[in-house]
Amino acid sequence: MSIFRRLANTFSRSELHQEIDAEIQSHVEMRIADNIAAGMSPEEARRDALLRFGSRVVMRERMTAADAATAFDAFGRDLRYAARQLRRSPAFTATALVTLILGIGANVVVFSVLNAALLRPLDVPQPAGLCHVVHKQQGYDNQSYPDYLDFKSKNSTFSDMAAYRIESAGLSTKDAAYKCWYYRVSGNFFDMLGVQPAQGRFFHASDEHGPNSAPYIVLSDDFWRAHFDADARIVGTTVDVNKHPFTVIGVAPPAFHGTEVFLWPAFWMPIVNSPSGDTADYLASRFSHNLLILGRLKPGVTAQQATDNLNAIAQELARQNRADDGLDARLTKPGLMGDQLGAPARSFLAGIMLLALLVLLAACANLASLFAACTADRSRELAIRLAIGSSRWNVLRQLLSEAVLLSVLGGALGTIFSTFLLNALTRWQPFPEFPIHVAVSPDPKVYFVALLLSIGSGMLWGLVPMRQVWATDSAQVMKSSGAGTIVFRRFTLRELLLGVQITLCTLLVTASFVALRGMQRSLHAPFGFQPQGVLLAETDLHMGGHSDASTTQMQKRMLEEVTRVPGVSSVGIIDETPLGTGGSGSFVFRVGTTDFRMSTSAFGAKYFSISPGYLTAAGTRLLTGRDFTWHDDARARNVAIVNQTFAQRMFGTTSPIGLRFLVGQGTPYEVVGVVENGKYESLTEAPWAAMFFPLEQSPQSDTSLIVRSPLPPSEIVPELRQVLAQIDPSLPFVFHTWPDALGFVQFPARIATATLGVMGLLAAMLALTGVFGMAMYSVSKRMREFGIRVAVGAQPVQLMRSALSRPLILLLSGSVAGLLLGVIASQLLAQIVYQATPRDPLVLGGVVITMALLGFVATWIPAQRAFGVHPARLLREE
Amino acid sequence: MARNDLQGTLDLLVLKTLSQKGELHGYGIVLHIQRASDTLLFVEEGSLYPALHRMEMSGWIRSEWKATETNRKAKFYRLTPAGQRELQNAEKSFEQLVKGIRAMLRYA
Repeated sequence: MSIFRRLANTFSRSELHQEIDAEIQSHVEMRIADNIAAGMSPEEARRDALLRFGSRVVMRERMTAADAATAFDAFGRDLRYAARQLRRSPAFTATALVTLILGIGANVVVFSVLNAALLRPLDVPQPAGLCHVVHKQQGYDNQSYPDYLDFKSKNSTFSDMAAYRIESAGLSTKDAAYKCWYYRVSGNFFDMLGVQPAQGRFFHASDEHGPNSAPYIVLSDDFWRAHFDADARIVGTTVDVNKHPFTVIGVAPPAFHGTEVFLWPAFWMPIVNSPSGDTADYLASRFSHNLLILGRLKPGVTAQQATDNLNAIAQELARQNRADDGLDARLTKPGLMGDQLGAPARSFLAGIMLLALLVLLAACANLASLFAACTADRSRELAIRLAIGSSRWNVLRQLLSEAVLLSVLGGALGTIFSTFLLNALTRWQPFPEFPIHVAVSPDPKVYFVALLLSIGSGMLWGLVPMRQVWATDSAQVMKSSGAGTIVFRRFTLRELLLGVQITLCTLLVTASFVALRGMQRSLHAPFGFQPQGVLLAETDLHMGGHSDASTTQMQKRMLEEVTRVPGVSSVGIIDETPLGTGGSGSFVFRVGTTDFRMSTSAFGAKYFSISPGYLTAAGTRLLTGRDFTWHDDARARNVAIVNQTFAQRMFGTTSPIGLRFLVGQGTPYEVVGVVENGKYESLTEAPWAAMFFPLEQSPQSDTSLIVRSPLPPSEIVPELRQVLAQIDPSLPFVFHTWPDALGFVQFPARIATATLGVMGLLAAMLALTGVFGMAMYSVSKRMREFGIRVAVGAQPVQLMRSALSRPLILLLSGSVAGLLLGVIASQLLAQIVYQATPRDPLVLGGVVITMALLGFVATWIPAQRAFGVHPARLLREE
Repeated sequence: MARNDLQGTLDLLVLKTLSQKGELHGYGIVLHIQRASDTLLFVEEGSLYPALHRMEMSGWIRSEWKATETNRKAKFYRLTPAGQRELQNAEKSFEQLVKGIRAMLRYA
């Protein structure tokens, strides 16, 4: 009953008020009647009756305050009042809104990316319990096919396990040919993920009957729409993949794009088949680690139980097979190529998220000091409200509503802007040659976090004036004119906030300087080759249907023809360019080793196959020894060129020329040359040992022509295209300059630099507004004092000193603290950014100059105002 | 422990008044407390109505607009069963309070 009444009261507040007024009215009238009866004059009787009651408004407030339900109503009233208050100080509102939009917007963007990359489950019908099975050592995620089969059949903790690898191939119909990225997957792949075909059918585990038994492909929806006009009749027809026929048996649904978050493949093919037709070796070898294993945990099984189970199997396998020596297992989250992308992405995104939160914190500190100043200016209003009977809690709630209202508004606007940005990011395809989409559209989780951040930050800076409200002595405030006394007491809090803010901002500015400098270094790093002025023409001879036996002859002809193209100064071939997307490694052994397994190896080394002349064309310096010749062929003894790191680790300080080492199962190689070190996989890697073999002794179908020429690419590409088409018109070539091709490895550094740059810029803007706000405020509050001082003969410089010394001291000490923090925090940056070190005079100098410039800009206008003090006019105004 | 704030005391006075008089308006309550306490207790009118409102919201009393003897419209309050129980509790805890204070005063 009473609860209905309470609710009814909420909706009829005015009715409630009327009833209260009527009741009081009847009470007063009865009192007046009694007073007159007791002999008072009507005038006296009325006065007495009213006096006894005190303030009717206060009483009404007290009556309705007892009503829990009217709290809603009070909240609405607070919000309306807050909105009015904010409209009345547009400068504060605008500054706060812009600050919040930037601060919260930055967080929403970063969180969306983090959410899409790390938090969101895989976009498959049943994502629960899916995980990758990788090795314990970071970066070694790939497994061999026989190991996959053993893990799958012997485990007791997974309901199913699938394997896949991602490759590229040429798909051709009778009308067109495309270079595409696709998955080779175990037969149970679709069934395990619970995906249903949109057209035709999928292949299943029952379709696999040994090598090359299932020449089928399933097209992705994207590819089907882009290249087959979404024509359902494609199902059942035959297409060529690297010149081998495959039947299109189905099309995947639009929502399914495989099990990698950012990759949109063209099609899926059974793992027992391959475009080149030679799968038997690969399916039987425990040495070929090329697969990712994706498993689904049985319900109720913990990750730890599953890991223990798999490790027991791995130990068993290691006992039985030499190739499985040291095999172990670890589980990791799917979606980012095991840990290959996942590990750096996790540390990078966590780092950036932290920086984004720091930006927001700095923004809150900024707003808190602004708000404290505003509140100090309003101390008279607050004092009056307290004096006429408002409770301190009411006043505080009012101030808090203003802060939260602003924050939510700023958060909403920030989220809207971020959504635009994120949608643009989602449409963006960073590399034309890769089907990569940065699909980061926000989802409800993102909106929820945005709301939480808005309210949280509003609370954070809205509660700062709490002490002010609590300490307000209304009588004191109203006696003194204006807010003078309060301001100076409040000053220390604001100074502290500004100091914190500047420290955070300097930290962010330092971080972005370190990143920028690292980026600049990575662009001019010693790669071990000279990419400028080189054009790459890349193909895979398998795509033209060439067998392994004829590849070297083809490559020789290409070199001969291309050398004759006018304007080409040198040309060479390598199977996979260093810092490209591929690259292979192998264990090497010292002479005298008889047992060849991981634990007996000297170390692991990258290996490449190159043609004679590659080193000249690529600009890799040969330090001692000789380059390969065409006489280093299958009939001659095995030779190799190694890099400095290799030579040092294998042979120490002795000259390596003519010395030998063993590869694989003991094949001896003689060192004929030593080249400079280089970068082979990523810009941030530690120096790798590397070895180069002659193409004739270790033939490869992957072919990258390195064409060095002083001519611009636009002049030489048509000529090259023509020459290469004459050799084999069906071979698809990808032409690009070497610096462009390096875009892929530089992508993380570029993204990191761009992100850190934006954060640094935001931080610099916050520091600017913070110092400006404080300097401006302190000058405007003391204009009268300055007027008097000028009138009694103070010099403008003296005024400036007293007005600006505090902001400047804060700027200085905050900057030093931030710089120190930045130096410490940069250890983290080294994970992502090439050679991130803050102990670099350019970085330190850059930060100091930036902060000094900020200080100068921020105090310029306040200083001008202090300079322009006109005593007579000022005193008149007051 | 006795609940011994002033609010509790005002509640007790109002509840007791209503249990004695059955049905009364606010002004009548003020007069009754004053009269019954031999003018020792004055109820501040500014505090009475918030208290009445709160007690009504708690379900201890019910109100109704009616005409007084002098034919004026006034809001009349009466006890509910919950109010009856509350009165017993309040009386008990008040007696404890008085006992306690007396013990304190006698202690020397």
